[in-house]
Amino acid sequence: MTLGEGAASTRRTGRSFGKFHYEGIVALAGLALVWQIASLFVPHFLFPSVPEIAERLFAIFTSWQSISDALATSARILAGLAGAFLLGTILAMPMARSATFERYAYPLLNFNQGIPALSWVVIAIIWFRGIEFRIFFIMVMTTLPAFTFQVLDAYRAMSKDLFEMTLAFRPTRLDLFRTLIWPTVLPGILTAWKVNLGNAARVVVVAELVGATGGVGYELLQQQQIFDMAGALAWTLVLVIFVLVVQSFITLIETRALRYRAFAEHA
Amino acid sequence: MSAPPEILFEHVGKAFPRADGGAPFEAVRDLSFTIGRGELVAILGKTGCGKSTAFNLICGLLRPSVGRVVVQGHDPCADFAWFRGKIGIIFQNDRLMPWRTAIENVALGLELNKMPQPQRLEIAASWLARLGLCGHEHEYPHALSGGMRQRVSIARAFAGKPDILLCDEPFSALDEHTGNALREEFRELLRQTGATSIFITHSIEEALQLGERLMVFERPACIAYETTLHADMSESEREVVRGRIRKVLSGETSEN
Repeated sequence: MTLGEGAASTRRTGRSFGKFHYEGIVALAGLALVWQIASLFVPHFLFPSVPEIAERLFAIFTSWQSISDALATSARILAGLAGAFLLGTILAMPMARSATFERYAYPLLNFNQGIPALSWVVIAIIWFRGIEFRIFFIMVMTTLPAFTFQVLDAYRAMSKDLFEMTLAFRPTRLDLFRTLIWPTVLPGILTAWKVNLGNAARVVVVAELVGATGGVGYELLQQQQIFDMAGALAWTLVLVIFVLVVQSFITLIETRALRYRAFAEHA
Repeated sequence: MSAPPEILFEHVGKAFPRADGGAPFEAVRDLSFTIGRGELVAILGKTGCGKSTAFNLICGLLRPSVGRVVVQGHDPCADFAWFRGKIGIIFQNDRLMPWRTAIENVALGLELNKMPQPQRLEIAASWLARLGLCGHEHEYPHALSGGMRQRVSIARAFAGKPDILLCDEPFSALDEHTGNALREEFRELLRQTGATSIFITHSIEEALQLGERLMVFERPACIAYETTLHADMSESEREVVRGRIRKVLSGETSEN
């Protein structure tokens, strides 16, 4: 994304550095209002009222058992993403440096992208006994290609001019990484985390739905079995809240680490 | 016994493979010259004549295909780390890191040379002040004009007190007025530091203004004309040099 596109995207999403915009809250409030109106005309078991969903959500956040389920899911998402990021970076670096390695690795990653998350769930259940490792494996396998490609792209986007300039100062490998490579790939890595976070949240639910005895996915399965729409929505909201909180945290890091871009926009 | 040369090119050739698998592109052919300590050499040539390739060979960013390049008695490619802090480079474009402020950019070489932070920031600030950028230390490159950014890159090259200074058309991207102003300051800085300097340019006037010795390259980079310039040269003598350079550049003759 170019700087100009970035600025345009900031205008579109209503997000800006140091300013708070109300559009997002208004849009969500509008959605809640539409839902509430619909609940007045549609059977309760299909469209429970907003206060009822809120009540269930409150119940989740005031029960230690429910909180531990939500935390378990959050930890699984973060662990899976961290594993995929680490593995993706380890794969992307030799791919960036060796065309031969890339010619072998690229088709394998592309092949992996075509495998549905549910297939990985089945494979993990057959292959592994431990629930946590199964979920970790599923998360890593489903988010690995995206992380690898995004880290690879970020590395490739590194300016040849800056690379030569830094090399002329004769840095050590560590210094080269610290002063040039890391700041260059950081924006791409943050974007990759933001994109993969949403994907990981979807995948973890599928993994827990089939292969876990706790977590948001497991709780959703329980709600489905007793046909409790309010409970299902409340648990879905827990996951959405988690994604939003982590995304805000990443945005905070982005704002801080990429503050020179904000200065560039001013300039 | 005379002092060993600071830079030695011995029958150097450099060819690049072509993407289409055709015959390699020969950028430098049988290039031989020596540059003594403290000399200020201007290398002149048309675009694409291999000046920048020769430049990259000196700073060790390229390895010669044939012949050898020796800088301060060392191979700039093989003895990569030995040259840390010894070579300063000013490129055609500023090549500032956009995520670093002006002062952090100037301090880059010192940082890579493991100088403690307070010391390096003090030196960087003094160089920025010397180049008229006082008050802009904490600006990011995007907030600076083209001339200011090039001053930052000049400060970055000088801050490490290099023994050898390599300049690759540092004023070509600037407007005439800014370029002239910077050129004057630059010549003064070169005199003060006493570093061995190589200045690559495609401007005859710039070469005459900055160089003490002048080499004209023709494609593929080999020396077509070489002369020494004296501070007390008369305008008519300079005009003779200009005429010869023009002849070489227009391809009429090779003189040496």
